[in-house]
Amino acid sequence: MIQFLLKRILQAAMVMFIISLFCFSIQDTLGDPTREMAAMSMSDKERENLRDEMGLNDPLLMQYGRFVGRALQGDLGTSYFFKEPTLDVIMKKLPATLELAFAASILIITISIPLGVFCAINPRHWFSKFTMAVSVIGISIPVFLTALALIYIFSITLGWMPSFGRGEVVHVWGSWSTNFLSWDGIRHIVMPAVALSSIMLPLFIRLVRAEMLEVLNSEYVKFARAKGLSDGPVYLKHALKNTMLPVITVGGVQIGIMVAYTILTESVFQWPGMGFMFLEAVNRSDIPLIIAYIMFVGFLFVVVNTLVDLLYGIINPMVDLVGRRQ
Amino acid sequence: MRTMQSFWQQLLQSDLLFYYKRDKVAIGSSLVFLILALMAIFSPWIAPFDPYDLTQIDLMDSEMAPVWLPNSDERFLLGTDDQGRDLWSTILYGMRVSLLIGVFAVLLQSAIGIVIGLVSGYVGGRVDNILMRIADVQLSFSTLMVAIIVLAIVKNAFGGETYSNYAMLILILVIGLSEWPQIARTVRSSVLGEKEKEYVDAAHVMGFGPIRIMFKHILPNCLSPIFVIGTVQIANAIITEAALSFLGLGMPVTEPSLGSLISIGKEYLYSGSWWITLIPGFFLVVIVIAINLLGDFLRDVFNPRLYKG
Repeated sequence: MIQFLLKRILQAAMVMFIISLFCFSIQDTLGDPTREMAAMSMSDKERENLRDEMGLNDPLLMQYGRFVGRALQGDLGTSYFFKEPTLDVIMKKLPATLELAFAASILIITISIPLGVFCAINPRHWFSKFTMAVSVIGISIPVFLTALALIYIFSITLGWMPSFGRGEVVHVWGSWSTNFLSWDGIRHIVMPAVALSSIMLPLFIRLVRAEMLEVLNSEYVKFARAKGLSDGPVYLKHALKNTMLPVITVGGVQIGIMVAYTILTESVFQWPGMGFMFLEAVNRSDIPLIIAYIMFVGFLFVVVNTLVDLLYGIINPMVDLVGRRQ
Repeated sequence: MRTMQSFWQQLLQSDLLFYYKRDKVAIGSSLVFLILALMAIFSPWIAPFDPYDLTQIDLMDSEMAPVWLPNSDERFLLGTDDQGRDLWSTILYGMRVSLLIGVFAVLLQSAIGIVIGLVSGYVGGRVDNILMRIADVQLSFSTLMVAIIVLAIVKNAFGGETYSNYAMLILILVIGLSEWPQIARTVRSSVLGEKEKEYVDAAHVMGFGPIRIMFKHILPNCLSPIFVIGTVQIANAIITEAALSFLGLGMPVTEPSLGSLISIGKEYLYSGSWWITLIPGFFLVVIVIAINLLGDFLRDVFNPRLYKG
């Protein structure tokens, strides 16, 4: 177990190392800080002095060391546009994105599990066939198109829903303001959350259905029936429990992938989260903020994936923990 | 070449055709895809206007509605966009761009994925471990995320002008490079199954080198899962391209793909010009659904063990 843990952590560290190397090389090629700092009238000589002073002419290895050292202390540079430390900017935008992802996850869980289970139990029912057909179509509709269609129908034509922004938020703690405590906030989060979940829902319905079907055909479910248990306990106690394991692990990874889709959703709804901030940073060529975002998201991905791996290793005794060669 | 030929013969004699004739969904979706693809390929001859030709565009014609709505012009079947381009022509050209990027990106990722999958499965051991670890890590990062980040950086490095000149090439490269693990994993798992078979041993005994065995003996037997994955990947690549163009990181407005058309129209949604966004969106969805349904059909026929998740 400890060996497994060490291996995973080592791998995570390796990935973070590569990400940091990548970010460092971007910074080196794209962002010449003297260009931002120096006045137009500055001569080449003065600029060279400035470069020396900032250590930009040091060997690359030393510069990289400094970059990592600062990053470890939470210093990822200062945003050109916001004139604030980039990590502070990201932290301010983070709650909005997390709340959006949270709302979408709730939708996915509460809709996909009952639907998937129903489709597995009654494969020939018309509703199951309908659900599966809709899920193929759902996979084929890009998330930004769903978002635009929602806006067109519910905001522009019907005028029921607000089409952009977070609306009225209630301040909770630090930089965290929540959408969930005011009616206006809830109204604002509904459409982005529906759009964001629309891309994952079909996947999860299919996954729950496939896993449940497999479990229903297993020996122990047959045995439970043979014991004379009625349908309810068989489905809920024996089958669903064992369906959840793969669903949770795949789900963990998918939630990480959701971060990419939040960029699309946030850009359509002008949701003031990390993704929207990143796109703005790209358009403004705000290099430090771009780099900070990549580092931050990379870190998030690595942490989530390592945790999911570890969790899976703990829950599922069949995982070959050490990875012996056959 | 001989192996390819026998593969096609096998394909024609196999259950594929038999099932295809009985499957209405497969026939329907392949017809829809074929029609749309032909329309896209022959767009310069079908389209009434050339959307790339600035002399044919008149700003006075902008935001015209489709012909069945008021405030329309019978010259423009599906209306016009914000610059006065005929939407029907622009969609045809845009579809061509989207399909082109999708197909070439998948060709690129297949090439990379096949080589890596073959090597990984055939050589095994440490090489396999390292390659599959890399594939795992790259998959866990979500290809869309990787593509967005790489394009954002490329765009900033080259500047908007140069970028839009090479946008198509860059998109193909980025989507192709970021999606290879899907194919590599599929190829690897079928290589692992094939490697133990006797014909491979026989080839060994005959003294053939590993490269020849991999490409001439094992690869032809691993093609059907590649076809299945490849089909679905074209749909994925088209969606990814649309998403990237939608974010302003893909095809420029002057040479729009379906994604950039949707993106152009989103600001005009509020002024009621829904067609600029929703009609290209409809075409995009129809293409992708047709390809996905075809992929489902192929998977049911070939039934390869697909990697979950």
